[in-house]
Order: sequence, then structure tokens, then C-alpha cells
Amino acid sequence: MSKGTFPEGAQLEAQISGRRRKGVYLRLAFLGSLMLAILALLTLLANIINSVFGLVAFENAVAPAALVEEIGLDPARIALSDLSKDDLLAVLEGGINNNVGRRLERERRFYSDRLVFETRAKWDEVCAREVDRPAGCDGRVRGREDVYSLVVEQIVQPKALETWSLVDSVLHRAEIEAAAAVSYPDAEIVFRSWLSMDFVTNPQSPRAEVAGVRTAVLGSLWIVLVTIVFSFPVGVAAAVYLEEYARHTRLNRLIQTNINNLAGVPSIIYGMLGLAIFVRVLETFTSGAVFGGVDGGVTANGRTVLSAGLTLGLLILPIIIINAQEAIRAVPQSLRSAGMALGATQWQTIRAHVLPNAVPGILTGAILAVARALGETAPLVVVGASTFITADPGGPFGKFTALPIQIFQWTSRPQDEFRNIAAAAIIVLLIMLLALNATAIVLRNRYARRA
Amino acid sequence: MSDKQAFVRTAVASSPNPDDMPLTSAMETRSLNVFYGAFRAVKDVDLTVYDNQITALIGSSGCGKSTLLRSFNRMNDLVAGARVDGEVLYHDRNIYGPGVDPVEVRRRIGMVFQKPNPFPKSIYDNVAWGAKVNGYKGSLDDLVEEALGQAALWDEVKDKLHQSGYSLSGGQQQRLCIARTIAVKPEIILMDEPTSALDPVATLRIEELIQDLKTRYTIVIVTHNMQQAARASDFTAFLNMDEDRAGRVVEFGKTGDIFTRPEHEETENYITGRFG
Repeated sequence: MSKGTFPEGAQLEAQISGRRRKGVYLRLAFLGSLMLAILALLTLLANIINSVFGLVAFENAVAPAALVEEIGLDPARIALSDLSKDDLLAVLEGGINNNVGRRLERERRFYSDRLVFETRAKWDEVCAREVDRPAGCDGRVRGREDVYSLVVEQIVQPKALETWSLVDSVLHRAEIEAAAAVSYPDAEIVFRSWLSMDFVTNPQSPRAEVAGVRTAVLGSLWIVLVTIVFSFPVGVAAAVYLEEYARHTRLNRLIQTNINNLAGVPSIIYGMLGLAIFVRVLETFTSGAVFGGVDGGVTANGRTVLSAGLTLGLLILPIIIINAQEAIRAVPQSLRSAGMALGATQWQTIRAHVLPNAVPGILTGAILAVARALGETAPLVVVGASTFITADPGGPFGKFTALPIQIFQWTSRPQDEFRNIAAAAIIVLLIMLLALNATAIVLRNRYARRA
Repeated sequence: MSDKQAFVRTAVASSPNPDDMPLTSAMETRSLNVFYGAFRAVKDVDLTVYDNQITALIGSSGCGKSTLLRSFNRMNDLVAGARVDGEVLYHDRNIYGPGVDPVEVRRRIGMVFQKPNPFPKSIYDNVAWGAKVNGYKGSLDDLVEEALGQAALWDEVKDKLHQSGYSLSGGQQQRLCIARTIAVKPEIILMDEPTSALDPVATLRIEELIQDLKTRYTIVIVTHNMQQAARASDFTAFLNMDEDRAGRVVEFGKTGDIFTRPEHEETENYITGRFG
């Protein structure tokens, strides 16, 4: 036996408590790191929420009560928002000029049986056109709510003169109202949530008060759809090849290393790649010209939803491949042996045992990758997202904008109220991301339970 | 015989008493060597496996028993870097010869593994899948019942065929794996330490089952357990490592002879527990 000794008695106690103390310090440091991370996230969230809600000083171009009085009703007894569709149309007719009225009617009719601003002869003529036939010719009719928002947008024209943050609005409401009464004697001070159903369903607009994110949300959804359709099958197929078929040759190791490296390439580089290949070289294809059907006569060159989706698809392809590879690698080897030992071919074994067991992992990885694509901005700027469009993207060959782009543009405007709608748009984006992640969890649990 | 001709059974045994049957060879190896890269794991094996007999492969850990077993149905093909030299004759054809499809070899020579490895599917699908992918024509329900019956599992699972195979106990899972192997109607069943993960009661049931299966199938079993080899097999091959760690067959013969009067000192040392 060697002559060494272990500490005993008082020495042992001191030695053990010394070892313990080290652990306690480290444990506090770990907890501190966690707290710091949570604090950072909460600050971010609080900052956004602080901008989404708050007091706003609105000034109307025309007082709603005056409009009610104009059509011969008593403003003391009925408010503008309670008027019937016919009364609202009377207000609208009195408040806008005929050109604007005709444009609105061509977008969508007010009544199915009669025309308000157009003459019958002119209407029949424009609806008989082959090109530039107005959307209103399809016979759909505006509802009362639609007419009301037109009245507000076109005539009342509420304008936000000043906005206050949520914290200020709650803590200093009296001071704000007093100060506003002096600065903006005609303004109405209301507490407003910038995030509302209207905000989600309204199209892009140059006026923050009526602008919405519909165009951007639809653009983002279209892009993500193209991204999934392109990168999911390609990525999973590549992963199956690398894991199940590829031999361990030097070439395959090189390919594997490069895929790992590609996952870390900055996204703007993918933007440059997308610009060079999809927008320029493959323009006839990505603009839809080769299929003859360019969206509604709008020429987007190669700067279309398709180019953007393919670019983001390339961006997340390495991530999908790596995640799918890991999921496939996690399938026990014994299942492959069992399948092969029964006289199944390699593909039969992969199809029946390897893939079904890898599905939860593959889906989770793919959805998280798609969530990354949804939040990407830089490559879309390079590929050519539109800075201002109010028309919804009509398909893969349409011009597009995306939610992160919209947020970026709004935050760079000088007016305060754009900062408020940017914050609201961030909430919409966060909700979409959370929905995607929730889908990933649900899918994973569902497939995991089947096994 | 053309290269593409399928393996077929040449002689059909019909003697009422299997013990009186003349022994016919089911499989023979001729100077079989198995390499993993540069390492020779199995060296110059000449072995005969007889029809409707249980052949046990015994030997210390790492002596190449499992490697040898896996070379009998080309499962080593799936191991990167594995290479086989020599011949494994099955119905007078070398299963490593040109034009032989390993998929067909594995259909006719099935395998049961060390740890029960049912598919994460229902009991029914576990048994039916192999038959389905091999293009079985006929009633799958009957086949599943027959295979589970032969594997002595039918009575225990007939009311829960659509529950997961994982819901069974370890011993039941291993019998399910045997049923799955039987369902593709193999001639030879290779078993790689099939009871090493099971308790003594489950082990005994599997051993009894193997005795029952002997009338229909030829069985090769790898085991660490010498009592198992002694009580459950008809023939025994003792493998040992030589100086460069390559496994070779030291002695092969009837189990009774190997365990009562071994010819080699190495064998005697091993079976009496003096080493290994």
C-alpha cells in the first residue's frame, strides 16, 4: 500500500466545506446568468408593449358630429359610428369628390343593384375591357363596416398629433391631458391599442393611423410557403443520402464539413447569391414570364415572392439538413438491422422504420429553421423587397414585402406614430413565430406518442 | 446452375423420428475469413451446419462468434469496412458469389438479435411487415397467427394484436422477434445470444421454444452460457482467439462429445471454467 493519507477530523471538515463553497459560488453565478437572460428578454418585451398601447392626441379634419348634422340627423341622438349603411353613403357622397368615389366603386361596388358614383354606360364599358378590368366588376359589395371605415379614412381623417408611451399614459394621464388641452385644443385624447384587428387586416398605407400589416403578413406567408416547398424535401432527401447511403469517403466528409460551415454563413451573403442567381440569371423563370402568367400585369422583374422564397430556402437548407441528419442518426441501429435481417431492401427499411422514427426530430428542426426564415430581413432587402406596396401578393410571381422589412421601414420613419405601429407589427411577428414553435411542439408530441 | 437461380431446398426430410434422420448439410463454410479493415476477426473457419439441428457457437468474449454468425446471412455487409474472404455454401452455392442478392439470402436465413428489438409498431405489424415487404401472397392474418403460434406467443397476445410491441415484457419481445423472423419462412435461423438480456424464466421459455422450432428450422445460436449450449444444442463449435486476436474454430462436434470428452486441452479448459 502507498504511504499517502486522506484528511481526517477537523481537517476533513474544513476540506469538505471548502469544496462545497466553491459549488455554491458557481451555482449563484449560474442562477445570475439565467436571471440576466430573463431580464434582457423582459426588457425587450416591456419596451415593445410600452409602444403598442398608450394615449394618442387625435385631431379630426372634420368633426363626426358635423357630418351627422350635415345629412339632417341630430348628432345628440345618434353618433357617426351608429349610422346605417345608406346614411354613411350619404355622408361619403357629400364628403369626397366624384373621381375618388369612382375609384372606390371600381375597387368594390357599394350596392349590387345600383351604382353610386359611376354611370351605367361607363360601368358597362370598363367592365367589358379585356385588360385593366376593375376588381369591382366581380360583383362583390361593400358592407356597412367597410363604408364606415371609408368615411373615417376619407373624410374624418383622424390624425395622430402626438403619442405617449404606456407607462406615461398610466402614470401621468392627468398631466398629459392638461398639457394636450393647451397644445392641441381641437384634439381628442384617447387611449389606443395600436395592435387591433384593423391593424392586422388593413393594407399598407402612408398614414400610420390607418396603416396595417396585411400586405406584409401575406407576403411573409407566401415567401415561407415557397421556402418550405423548396427546402424541406431537398433538405430531408440530402440528409437521408448522407446518413443512410453515403460511404465515409474523403469527398463525403468534405461535403459534410461544408454543409456545417454553410449553416453559419451570414444571411446577407445568401441575399447576394439570391440576387445574382434567382433575380438576374433565372429572371425569365422567377418573374413568371416563362409561364406567361405575370401577376395582374404587374412586372416585378425577378424580384418576386419566388426569388425571395428560394433565397431563404437556400439559407435554411443547411440547417434543415443538419437537423434531419441528427434525427436520422438518433434512430437505433437495431431497427435497421432488424429490418434488413427480414430480407427487406435498404429503402424499405428506411421508409418503414428509419423515417417514421426520425419524423418528430426532422419536423422540429425544419419548423425552427422556417421560423428563422420568417424573421430574416437582410437577404430580402438585397433580393429586392418592395418598399411600399398596398396590393397583396397574388402568388409566387408577385411583388412582395415581408413583415420584418415592414418593421424596419416603419422604425426608420421620423414620425412618432410609425414607431407605435412598428411595435405592433413586432407583436404580430412574434405571434407568428410563437405559433410556428407551438406547431413544432404539437407535431413532435403527436408523432412521439405514436411510437 | 445459373447465377440468378434462386436458392431452393434440395432434400425434404420426412422421417417420422428426427433423431434417426441422416444428417444433411444446411450450410458449410470453406476457409472463411472475416476482416474489419486490416484486422482479421475470424480466421480460416471450416464449419458445417446440419439441417434441423441446433448448432451452438461458444467461446470467450471477442473471439468472433457474432462476427462469424453475421457472415452466415451477410449482415456484415452493413458494417462499414467489413470484408469476407472464403465461401459460405448454402444449397451448394456461395452466398458471397457473384449474382447473389444479399436481400434474398437474408430472407432465407433469418436472424434474432441479442437485445429484443421489436419495431415500434403494433404486435401484428411487427410480424406482418417482413412478409409484406417480401411480397407474401395469402392471408396475412393467418400468417401472423401461425408465426405467433410457432413462437409460443399467440395465447398471450391474441387479444392485443394492435398494441405496441413495446408493451410486452422482455421475454415476450424476444419471442415476438422470433415470430417476426419465422413469418418470412426462412430455412435457417441465426440467434445471437438471444437470452443474454433476459431473466432465467424467460430464458428457459426461449430455450424450450428453440427445441420446438428445431423440427422446422435449422438453428445456429451464439451463446456465452455453457449450460445453455450443453442442454439446448446438438452440435457445438468452440471458438478461441489465437495470438493475433483472430477467432478460429478450435473444435467442432456433437455437443455431447464436446462437453464430455473434448479432444483439445483449450476446449477442456474453457468448458471446465479454467479460463475465458
